[in-house]
Order: sequence, then structure tokens, then C-alpha cells
Amino acid sequence: MNNSVTHTARLVGAGLRALLLLTVVCGVLYPLAVTGIAQGLFPHRANGSEIKADGKVVGSELIGQRYDLPLAKGRETPRPDLKWFQPRPSHGLGTNTVNTQYKLLLSGATNRSADNPELLTWVKDAKAAVVRDNSVPGYRVRPSQVPADAVTSSGSGLDPDISPQYARLQVHRVAERNHLPVARVAGLVEDHTEGRIAGFMGEPRVNVLQLNEALRDLTGS
Amino acid sequence: MSPVLAGVLQLLALMAALALAYRPLGDYMARVYSSPRHLRVEKWIYKGIGAHPDTAMRWPAYLRGVLAFSAAGVLLLYLLQRLQGSLPGSLGFASIDPDQAFNTAASFVSNTNWQSYAGEQAMGHVVQTGGLAVQNFVSAAVGMAVAVALVRGFARSRTGELGNFWADLVRGTVRILLPLSVIGAIVLVACGAIQNFAGIHEVGQFLGGHQQWQGGAYASQEVIKELGTNGGGLANANSAHPFENPNGFTNLFEVFLILLLPFALTRTFGRMVGSLRQGYALLATMGVIWVGFVALMMWTEFHHGGPALQAAGAAMEGKETRFGIGGSSLFAVSTTLTSTGAVDAFHSSLTGFGGGLTLLGMQLGEIAPGGVGSGLYGMLIMAIIAVFLAGLMVGRTPEYLGKKIGTRQIKLAACYILITPALVLCFTAAAMALPTPPHSMANTGAHGFTEILYAYTSGANNNGSAFAGLNADTPWFNTTIGLAMLLGRFLPMVFVLALAGSLAEQQPVPETAGTLRTEKPLFTGLLVGSILIITGLTYFPALALGPLAEGLAS
Repeated sequence: MNNSVTHTARLVGAGLRALLLLTVVCGVLYPLAVTGIAQGLFPHRANGSEIKADGKVVGSELIGQRYDLPLAKGRETPRPDLKWFQPRPSHGLGTNTVNTQYKLLLSGATNRSADNPELLTWVKDAKAAVVRDNSVPGYRVRPSQVPADAVTSSGSGLDPDISPQYARLQVHRVAERNHLPVARVAGLVEDHTEGRIAGFMGEPRVNVLQLNEALRDLTGS
Repeated sequence: MSPVLAGVLQLLALMAALALAYRPLGDYMARVYSSPRHLRVEKWIYKGIGAHPDTAMRWPAYLRGVLAFSAAGVLLLYLLQRLQGSLPGSLGFASIDPDQAFNTAASFVSNTNWQSYAGEQAMGHVVQTGGLAVQNFVSAAVGMAVAVALVRGFARSRTGELGNFWADLVRGTVRILLPLSVIGAIVLVACGAIQNFAGIHEVGQFLGGHQQWQGGAYASQEVIKELGTNGGGLANANSAHPFENPNGFTNLFEVFLILLLPFALTRTFGRMVGSLRQGYALLATMGVIWVGFVALMMWTEFHHGGPALQAAGAAMEGKETRFGIGGSSLFAVSTTLTSTGAVDAFHSSLTGFGGGLTLLGMQLGEIAPGGVGSGLYGMLIMAIIAVFLAGLMVGRTPEYLGKKIGTRQIKLAACYILITPALVLCFTAAAMALPTPPHSMANTGAHGFTEILYAYTSGANNNGSAFAGLNADTPWFNTTIGLAMLLGRFLPMVFVLALAGSLAEQQPVPETAGTLRTEKPLFTGLLVGSILIITGLTYFPALALGPLAEGLAS
């Protein structure tokens, strides 16, 4: 008995030594080497693909943002600032509950099932809002025109993109609010539409932050 | 181009890339595990461990090595989390509570990577990079070592010796996982994944104000979490997070990494047992099931059943614009037919049938192509069951690769296939019967039941993906899922190694006209059938209560 206890302890000791040595290789040398190479070769990307305007960082090409009006008194959620192109809903994006020191972005999905009544309400409300907000004099949006990405939350809640259909749907509204010709804004959307990578990987998309940045350049505001 | 066509082209491109890598990688791995030479760095490591890499071990010694190393892993990871609050480089994150620390330690050591915490608000650099990511490497290397030991059991005769665990562990890590990870991580960074130690910092926004981001070694962990079929990422949203998976190409590349080693190991197997065609038969079995699942998943996701998805017009809930439905379907199937469990779209919001497919993929035992190592040994166990069934039909003592499948072998194989379903169904039943656990459900009805069934299926099969609406950070779920993960990982390994030992001792029987030809398409058909029937019979009642009920109602 005593013998087998010593034997087991010796074996676990060997296991611990193996783990510590492999930790040096895989947990210290490997990440440092990759970080070194990454920072040397692709510093912009390794640090989050930040977008700058007039020398100021305005966000990341990869991380979605909200484009809302300041929160009005008595409301729980701010209204969208319809002057700007709007991103997808993000009902799953969480707030920090553990680390009280910070207000970290907490990525996440709604995890609502396809037959969840709450999700159905969100989708219907979002669709009604997209139709209402984007219908301007001379341009009526039909519910059937609203693409799915406009009314659903993404997996991360940080989706930086919208579909080209959703971007085009917003063109008339954005043009009206910014007093720009529709064709100018439509051209902007075309310029910022990215196709599938190599023609077949992923889906066509429009990066909302880059599009709004270009819009701001155009309006000069 | 229609999204459906683009999805199919992505599937074909993936198959082409995997086919290109199959031969060189499979042969290379066979050389790694057969070579008598040691690299200098490996010699240093052996010296530090105090192990003699050339000493052959019989199965009990090999098993003791596996268990001792894994116990050390659980211990160290538990302590790291419990002490996080006092460690430097922890970004101000507090120590993790005991039940969650146990769950997470069990999860990463068992190659599961179930996460009951949200990465970016719970774990700092030290735990992520020095603890969790290390287990991503070594738990995968342990899986490969056990698989290689079983392959040696078939390849060797009249010896009980299965090789040296420490040598297999270190070689798998240093010669296979590490070099592939370095290349993969650089590809990911080049495409936009982040890799820094910036800590928590503020970044300006378009309309003023700030966002707070957590920097981190994202790319270096992302690559090994896919390559080692682990799945535990830095961010709560896992591979749906743009920092982990920035575009359509990286998405496909990550699916490639998930499938790369499990498929190529069939070549390694063929090479080591001296018949490549035996390896191709297993490859064909895995391939048929995987392609079948991808086709079904794309069909149900493009069809978008379910009231909310019908109202939206497409199944985009929980999916990223840049991946779309095709890319997300490929990922969802590949992550659940392996033991990965990383997600680029949230499985809870898949269609009813889509969610059922991810569940069924895990319930098949994750063998098509399965986790690194565990996929191969799981498939070999099923091959033994299949030759046994064929033997019963013709009234002949079954044999596989020249080894007789007698009473002892079939008992061990049967124990292997019974463990996981027993864990899944007993724990699910207990959770449903007790008053408190069902309070964790986020959805009601059939979907709520599926959340709990999914949690234990994912845990016991060492997958780690989730119907993430379930609030699993409770003492009950942390403890029971933790146990399911450990038992679901290490009990099967006991049976696999015992089996390997008993096979290695045998004298091979000569092939005769009556021998079942296990390298022929007929056997592949038999194997696919056995897998589907055995799993179907085991899980059908539970599936009928959950995803089938939901899918048929929509």
C-alpha cells in the first residue's frame, strides 16, 4: 500500500514536471514567438485593425459599433441616429458582470431558438422599424425587401458588417437626412461593397464603420 | 452566384485542401511516432521529466502515464485559476470560484473546452496563455498518443509493448502540433486575427465615447484550439468573434484546421499497420458521414424552418454576415463531428433539425473524423463492433487486421461504446428530475430539454460546444458536467489501452478465403450502418423529445 502511494506520487511528480516543461514551450515560448512575428510583420492587424480619422482612432474595422442618438430621458434604450447607416441588431451583446473594474465589451449571441416567442417579437419589431425608418417620401420599403441580417442579431453581437441589400435599403433615408443626392450615397455603398473572397468564400458584405466614415467625409460634418 | 452554390464551392475547396495535405501529413506523423531518433529539445524535456523515452511500456504503464500527466494537468489548472487574483499579468481579474475552476480544469484537460465562463471577462493572460492554451496542445497530444498506442496494438504481435507514453506525448506536441500552429497563427494574423498583450484598453468610437477591448494572444490560441480539436477560445463568442475569425477565408481555414489531423491520422494508421487501404476504408467511412451531415445541415439552414427564422426570411440569427449560412453550416457540422466545439454561429439558434444534427454528430461518438486521436480510436472501436456483427451473421470468429476479436476484445469495445451514452442519459435524466437545474434553461419546451441534453452530450463526448442559452455556471452543472467530461475522456482511454495490450500480445491469424475484407467498400458500408444504427438506437428516444419534436413542429 505504502509502496503504491509513493509510486503514484512519483508518477504524478513526473507528470507535473512534464507539464511545466511543456508549459514553457507551448505557453511561453510559442505565444511570445508568434506575437513577435505578428507585431513585426503585421502590426496593424495584430493590434486590432484600428481605423483612424484625422489622427484619431474611431474604432476597429472588425468590431461593430452602435450609431445612436444620445439616450433620451425616460427611455431604456437609445434611438438610432438615422443620419448614419445602421448596423445589425445586437440583442446578445452582454455587459460585464464579473469584473467590476472595467466596462468590457462582452461578445455573445441571443441563443434564442427558432420557435422562441421573444425572438419572434424582436424580429417582427425590427422589421417594422426598418420599414418605417427607411421609407421616405418617394421611396416606400416593402416588408419583403428587408433582408434577414437587418432583423437578426449576429453570433458575436459585434458583427461589423451588413449585407449589401441592407445597405442599399438605407440609401434613400441616409441621402435624405444628410441632404445628399441619392446617387452619391448609392455610389458610396457600391464602393464599399466587398464581394466574396476569391469569388466563393464567405458572403458579400458592407463594413458599416468604413461606410459611415466615407459618408462623414462626404458631408464634411 | 447564389449563396447555396458558394456554400457548395466552399465544401469542395475544403475537400481539395484536405486531400492535398492528407498524404504528406499522414506519412509524416507515421514517421514521427516510429522514428528511433530524438530531437535535442526533446532530450532536454525527457531529462527534466526523468523519463527514458526508449523504454517500451505495457498497457498498464502507458495508462498510468496518461492518468498521471492528466491529473497533474487538472491540479495545475485548478490552482492557476484559484490563484488568478494574486498572479501578475491577470489584468485585475479575480480568482475563479471552486466549482467553476474545477469545471474549467476538467474541461481543458479532457480536450473538451466546455466554458461556463465568458472568456473576456473572467480570464487574464496568465491563465489563458500559460494554462488553458497549454492544455489545448497537450490534451490533443495525449489523444494522439493513445490512438497511436492502439494502432501499435494492431501492428505488433506477441509483445505487450505499446511504446513510451512520454515520448509519444512530447513528439506529438513538439513535432506535429507546434510547427503547424506557428504557421497557422501567422496566417490568421495576416488575415486580421489579433495577437498582442495590450491588456484592457480603451479605443475611440465613431460618434465619440470609448469601447473597452481586451487584448490577448488570440491568433496563437485560435489555431491550436482548432488544430487540437479543443474549441476553447478567448472570447465568449468563440470563433464568431471578429478578433478570432475575421473573414470568410479565415473561417474556411479554421474548418480546415479542425479536420486536418483527424482525417490525416487514418493515413498514419494505414502506414503503421502496413496497409494503406485499411486506412482509406476508415477515411471513406468518416468522409461519407461528414459530407452527408454537411449536405443535411445546408439543406435545413437554407430552408430556415421555425417561426422566428421564417419571419426574418433567412436563418441569420446567431450568424455573422461575413460567413453567411454556407460557411456557418460547414463550421457547425465540422465542430460537432470532431471533438472541437468551437462555434462560428450559435447552435441554439440553428433550425430545429440543424440543432439536432449538431447533437447527433456528437452522439455518433465524434468519429467522423472525430477529435485528434480520439476520432481514430473511436472509429477503430466501431470497426471492431462491425466485424463482430458481421461475424455473428456468418457464424465465424471475427478478426480485424489479422487479430482475433474474442470475448475479451469485444467486452472492452462494448464497455467503450456504453460509457458515453450512460453518462449523457443518466445525467440528463437527473438534471430534468431535480427541481433546480431546469431553472437554467433559457428557452422553454422541447428546446429547453435540448439545452440540457446538449450540455451533457457535449461534456461526455468532450466536444465543448453548447446550446449556450443554458446558464451552466451553477454548482450543479459545473460539478456534473465536470465529472461527465473527465469520465467521458479517461474511462474510454482505459478500455482502449487494455484492448491495445490484448491485441499486441496476439499472434496474427493468417488471412483465408473466409476473412472479411475490411479494406473494401462493402466494409465501409457495414461500418457506416453499424455506427448509425447503434447510435440511433441509443439516443433516438431522447432526440425525439428534443430536436425532432421542435423540428417537426416548425
